[in-house]
This record gives sequence, structure tokens and C-alpha cells, in this order.
Amino acid sequence: MLASVLHILPLATIVRERVLPVAGKVSAHLNQRVSPTDVIAEANFAREHVLIDVARAFNVTAKVADRMIKVNERDRVAQGALVAESGGMFSRSIRAPRAGRVMVAGGGQILMEVGDAKIELRAGLPGVVTQIIPEKGVVIRTAGALIQGVWGNGRIDNGTMISLIEKPDDVLTAERLDVSVRGSVILGGHVRDADTLRAAADVPVRGLILSSMYSSLLQMAYQMKYPILVLEGFGAIPMNSAAFKLLTTNDKRDATVNAEHFDRYNGNRPEVIITLPVTNEPEEPNLYETFAVSQTVRMKRPPHAGMIGSIATLRPGLSELPSGLRAVAADVRLENGETVIAPLVNLEVVG
Amino acid sequence: MPASLVQTESILAIDVGASVTRAVLFDVVEGEYRFVASGQAPSTAEAPFKNIGIGAREAIRNLQSVTGTILLGPQDNNIITPTQPDGSGVDGVVATMSAGPAVKTVIAGLLSEVSLQSARRLAESTYSRVVDTLDLSDKRRPDQQLDSIARSRPDLVVLTGGTDGGASRSMLKMLEAVGLACYLMPAEKRPMVLYAGNHKLANDVRELLGGHAGKLQISPNVRPSLEVEDLEPASNVLASLVTNLRQRQIKGVDELYNWSSGNLLPTAYAQGRMIRFLSRLYESTRGLLSVNMGASASTVAAGFNGELTLGVYPQFGLGENLGAILQHTEIEQIMRWMQLDISSNTLREFLFQKSLYPSTIPATQDELAIMQAITRQALYLAVRAARTNFPASAHAARTDLMPKLDLLIAGGGAIADNGSVGQSLLLLLDAIQPVGIMPFLLDQNNLLPMLGAAATRSNYLPVQVIESGAFIGMGTVVSVIASASYGETVLRAKLTYADKTEVRADVKFGGLEIIPLPSGQTARLTLSPLRRADAGLGAGRSGSVTVTGGALGVVIDARGRPLNLPADAVRRRELMKRWSHAVGG
Repeated sequence: MLASVLHILPLATIVRERVLPVAGKVSAHLNQRVSPTDVIAEANFAREHVLIDVARAFNVTAKVADRMIKVNERDRVAQGALVAESGGMFSRSIRAPRAGRVMVAGGGQILMEVGDAKIELRAGLPGVVTQIIPEKGVVIRTAGALIQGVWGNGRIDNGTMISLIEKPDDVLTAERLDVSVRGSVILGGHVRDADTLRAAADVPVRGLILSSMYSSLLQMAYQMKYPILVLEGFGAIPMNSAAFKLLTTNDKRDATVNAEHFDRYNGNRPEVIITLPVTNEPEEPNLYETFAVSQTVRMKRPPHAGMIGSIATLRPGLSELPSGLRAVAADVRLENGETVIAPLVNLEVVG
Repeated sequence: MPASLVQTESILAIDVGASVTRAVLFDVVEGEYRFVASGQAPSTAEAPFKNIGIGAREAIRNLQSVTGTILLGPQDNNIITPTQPDGSGVDGVVATMSAGPAVKTVIAGLLSEVSLQSARRLAESTYSRVVDTLDLSDKRRPDQQLDSIARSRPDLVVLTGGTDGGASRSMLKMLEAVGLACYLMPAEKRPMVLYAGNHKLANDVRELLGGHAGKLQISPNVRPSLEVEDLEPASNVLASLVTNLRQRQIKGVDELYNWSSGNLLPTAYAQGRMIRFLSRLYESTRGLLSVNMGASASTVAAGFNGELTLGVYPQFGLGENLGAILQHTEIEQIMRWMQLDISSNTLREFLFQKSLYPSTIPATQDELAIMQAITRQALYLAVRAARTNFPASAHAARTDLMPKLDLLIAGGGAIADNGSVGQSLLLLLDAIQPVGIMPFLLDQNNLLPMLGAAATRSNYLPVQVIESGAFIGMGTVVSVIASASYGETVLRAKLTYADKTEVRADVKFGGLEIIPLPSGQTARLTLSPLRRADAGLGAGRSGSVTVTGGALGVVIDARGRPLNLPADAVRRRELMKRWSHAVGG
């Protein structure tokens, strides 16, 4: 059976696409070495639109109104600029209510885009630009440690990672977040209260990497300006041992926390990237594998959620689970020496 | 008529669900169509696979290993059609699909209580999530409307409004807003548009939207007159649009479409089609109800006098949307179904954690119990939502009760994979709270939608497969409406078997009584209600009916309608355990 792979890798080649949400201009060039804060592309987009109904205002047909329109598509107009005029002895006029750009002029109407906003897309991770995606963004290639999570609040930043976790089931509290960690990415454990998220914002930190947090904090987590990345999920779940070991051994290294939303369809998921110097480029990790004996796996569901083990046997056919359900299953040898039965759909390969 | 006199095609049906992909073989055995075998594999619409063809082939390979029939070509790995002289391959392929994100839908109509409601019901006939609505009462300026539409980035716009030959000016204004919003979106992200309003405006719609919509389809008006609502033609067009959308969104759908020669239907649509077909075929005087609890959505299809009511509710799906169920129900409403003594916080974390891993299954009994409680509430909500759209002919004795039905068919992983048929039945009784007397069938292989798709190739296939016992007969349920104190006798029942032996039971209020009657057998059930209880024959009315057996036999549910659970959590859990024990633990 095919298995999805959770990347917890000490060293891998990491290739990531960074693209604008709307078409824009790519400023990075091919083979450029970028740092996480470099702007690689930017775009202007209109926050809103204004529709001016010339025909209605002048009480004429759309065809007649079109002759009264004084602007053309793509024209930039200033606030108060003349956009339509009825003509004749008692000519009436319509002026642009706001500065903007004409999108459509016809059918007796003018549609303007107004409220220009600028988006700057930053590289997000250090590496080399290996591909330009015209008007959209770039592909960046780097090498380093890669640790994937399950939830992110949609933000990205980078900084020196400071570990405030001693054991996988530690709780990160507000008291641990003082001025000494300002500007750092914090590796913490479980967060159970809003005070901790607020304290992290006050310091401020460049990111939180957590084992788990309570779902009641979701709304607040979305509002935080710094990235929050959750490795295991919601509730009080200890950090899996593979991620714990890898992250704590990289204490004080530069880490990029890309806490983007987990998108099951395009495959984007929250991840931590710790760039490392290499002489020979390591392999790119596989996106999926076939379940096999000896593979390292992570348990996705209770009673061993988040625990790491290895597949001892793949059972033939369907097996009865402790729940009474029947499913294709494996015997998994956990790190504590216990061997448990687990349905394959509740496992993901670590690699 | 035996199938051999009509057509003798073997049919491979593929159902791509959000979590599981099934491949099912139907073939002619001894002159009649039979369900031969099923193979399944995890679905692969999502990353890292991003191609439903991978999961479909895996499911077909598993089916091959069960049947021994080679279905995939060794060279191209494609389905072999038609059946070859060496026995490999199949004659035809049909497919259904529910995988994919909820379809972000904007609905628009003129009157909020008339055409907009029709648009909503139409949107609810597929896997849609309404992200914006437009109607005449909308106080936003046209530019605010188009900004709102553009920001919501819909996949689909459903436009209704105006009776045929009726209002046009207001409709044209709305069309303009939609057309401009489409124009503002990048070409590859423009929504598909279904117009099902005043047919006199069809040309204007083509002119205004034709060049800007991702795809424009015009169907007959859902409201040809103010008094008449006819969703069926528009829902047919909508099903085809949703399939087109999936072709655009998900790799491998094109391949499935080609394999099935275009017979690829949204699963819920195929399920609904089958219920309408059965309702007409069996001339059901009351109604047929089919429920399916899947990861992508909860689906309720009801057929009354051949008329279909189809409700697809992604918000009550048991997969990635699970955390969002709390936007539609209080957590206490889920807690009331819980046999375990857990806190509401534990349940909340469970909901959100499960939504991170939608394809996982309960590995422990505690997890299964929690999942069953969630499923009960999701189904409860889905059925109540669907009930508001039942036709007037679906008369219920009281507004808080279900109308009487002739048959219930239940499917979907959360119902079919429950550890025991008894637990599945109890879940259905709790969530649906049926009234009257009716058999319950369990569609453990999710065949119903596939039969709906297969009906396009053979009218005989679905009927013969159903009549061959492809569904598990759970039993005949008698639901008692009574006003009594807990423990008071409300019904005397006597079951007379074919061999004239009898079993009698005094049924007490608040309890579940099981009288064994094996599958395939019928018996005569005599009901004598006390205290003017209604056991399906009318308040206080006695009588006899012929009932069919099943895995549980005859199940008399005397817990009352609606089911009132004790407010005290300890007492409630104790009762839940007792009922669970009554159906086999």
C-alpha cells in the first residue's frame, strides 16, 4: 500500500516554489543566491473596484453613454478627474471618486480598480534561484534539515532557533519568553494558554515551533504576526522523538519557519528548514513510498499519536483492530520496545 | 426478465471517495446481474499523489487479486475493454467521485425566499459550500458585490431568478455584477456558471457571461412559475459542471472520464438518481431514504412518489471539515451521544485533530465511541437540514417527527465500518429517529451510487443486484411514539414465524426490544399498543404486518419520538450503554 511521507530529515536537498498570489514582476534572476528576507517578486493589486454607471447617471442608453465616456481601458486617472461628460448646452460631468485605473469602459459603465496595494514576496529561505516562473515567482533550491508539521498560521520568518524544550512533553509558558529570546525562533513544546502566544508577540519572537497546542487558541494564533508551526496537532501531544532530536541538535542555528497552511491538494505544508553547508548535494526526499518492513513510521492517531516506531511486520489481508474495526494493518515496534498493531492508514513513513 | 435476454455486459464501477477508492465488479451470474467483488485502496486525489488514477489502479489491482480476473493491461496499465476471449477485461466502466475540495459556490436569485432558496437547494445537491449570496434585498452596491464575489474566488456561480418570461431588468443587473467579477479573475481561475433562471434571458446571459465564465451552462428554469420548483433538469446540468470542474482541479479525472466513456458522475448525484429510480420502481407510497456518511460530505437522498430530495452537506462531512462542525452545532449536542465520560475539551481536540488526518480510522474502542458520537450528531444535522426540503407529500404526524418511510439504506465508512451491524443500526436510530415500520439496509460496499452510475448502461443491473442481497439486511425497525413514563409497557408484540412458532414481547417505554428473525425470512408481526402508543399503525391501533428479517431481526424502538435523552450525564451514559448492549454491544 502507498504511504505518504513525513519529512524529518537531517540533510536533504529542498526545492521550494515561491509564488505571488496574483501576477506581478519577478525581480530575482536565475542562479541568484538569496537570503530569506530578499524580495524576489512584487505585485500591485487593487483592493477594490468602483463601478460608475454613466448611462444611469445621464439617463441615456448604454450606447449613447459610451460616447460620453472620456477614458479608455488601462487609463490611470486621478481622484476628481473627468471620466464622462454628457455634452450639450447644459453639460453634466462625472468625475473619478478615487484615484485608480480604468478596467472596463463600455456598456454604459466604467469599472475602475482603486486602492492599490503592493505585495512583496520574500525568498523565505536561503538558497539559489533555479527557475524563474514568469510573472509569478521563483523556484529556490537549498540543502539542510527539513522538519514538517501539521498546522501553520500562514506566516513565514526566519531567525536563530533557540530551544526552550528539554523533553518532548514540555509545556511552553509565558515566563520562559523573556527579552533574552528577542528576535529568535523559539522551539517550544505544548502551548496551553493565550498568555504564551501574547508573550511571544510582546518579546517579539520570529517564530514558534510547537509540539501541540489547544484548538481553543486557533483564532488567536491566526492573529499573531509571527509564524506558529505545530508539529503534532491539537491537544497536549508530546513532540515526536525524531523531530525533537533533530531540532534540539540544531539549537542556535538559523531556521526558517514557513508556517503556511496545510493544503492537502497542492501538498504545501508547514515546515522548518535549517540550511546547512554541504560539499555534495544530498538527494531530494521521496514524496511517497510503499509500506515495507523496517520503515520508520509515525503514528497519526491515539493511543500512540506522535510516537515513532518501525514496521515489524505487514499483516496479510485485513486484521481486527482493538476498536473492532478491520483494516490492512502492520505490527509497529515503538521506541519504548512495545509492539502494537496499527492500521496502515494511521501511519506515515518518516523520511 | 433475466439479463441474458437483454444484455450481458460485465461492468467495472469505480468510486473515488475522499478517503477510499473502490473498484467493484458486476457481472451476470446464472442469468442475472450480481455484485461479484470489491477491491479498495486509499484515495490519491490529495498530495503527495495528486492523481486519482494511482488509487483507482491500486483498487483495481486489489479487485483483480480477489477475482483472479485481469482487468488492467500489462503494457499500458489501462483497463481492458471489452472482455477478451481469455476472460480478461470488462465490457463497460462507470465511475462516481466525491473526492475533491468543497465547491466554493456563489448563489444568486431575485427573491430571497423564492429563487434564492431554489438556488440554495440546487447548490445543496452537490458538494458545494456557499461563499456568497446575491438577491434583490442585497444592500451592497454593484461594485461591492463584484469585489465580494472576486474575493471569494468561487469555483461555481449558480444563477436563478425570474419566472419564464417574467422579470428581466433586475436579473440583468445581477448578471452584470457576476460577469464583471468573472472578468476580474485570472482566466484560469474563472468560475463555472450555471444559469437556471428566466429562459427568455438565455441569450443575454450568453452575451454577458459567455466570454468571462470558466464555462457557462444554461439549464431550464428552476422556477418556471412562482408556484413550481423543478430542480431536476438543472441538477443534471450541475452534476456535469461539477465533473468538468473536477477535471480542471484534479489530475486523473480526465482518465477516469475516458475509461467510463463519460459515465463519471458526482457520487451524491448518482446516489440520488438511484433513490429516485427505486422510488419510482417500487412505487413507494411513503418514501425511501438513503444516507451516506463520508469524509467529504454527509448525503441525504429521499424519494417520495418518485420525486427526489437530495442534500449534500460538506459541512457535516467527517473528514477535513470536521473541526468546522462546531460552527453548526454546540459541542454539548455531540456530548449527549457520548458513552464515554470525557470532557468537552477532549472532544474538541479530537475533532480538530481528526480533521488533520481525515483518512485515519479509530484504532481503539474509545476512539470509535467518540467517532460514533460525532457521526450521530453530523447525521442528525444532515437529516434535519434535508427534511426542510422534503416535499409536502412527505407528511409527518408532527413537525418534530420524520415522515413515515418504506425503506432506509445507509452507507459510508462511518456507518458501514462500525464494528457491528448493531452499532450501525443504533447510530441510525439515534440520529434519524424514524417513525413507523420499515426495513433498514446497510450498503457496506458503497454500492448504491455505483449502481446509480451503472444504470446508465443497464436498467436491469441495479434492480437485480439489489434484489440479490448485495446490501446487508439489518432488520425491520418498529418505532413507537408514546407518551409514558420510563419502564411502562407501551406495546405488546407477537412475532409468528413461518413454522407457526411465536415469540411475544412486552415492550417498555425507554427500551429497545430485539426479536430474532434471520435474514431472508419473513414473519407476521402483531402489534398491540397500550396507552394510545403509535407503533406505525396509528395512535392506539393494533394490527399485523409481514416483516422481513435481518442481522438483528425485528427491532422495536420504544425510546420515544423525538428521542429525549436524560439531562444527567451519568444517567444518560448508562442508558446509552444499555441500548448499545441491547443491539449486541
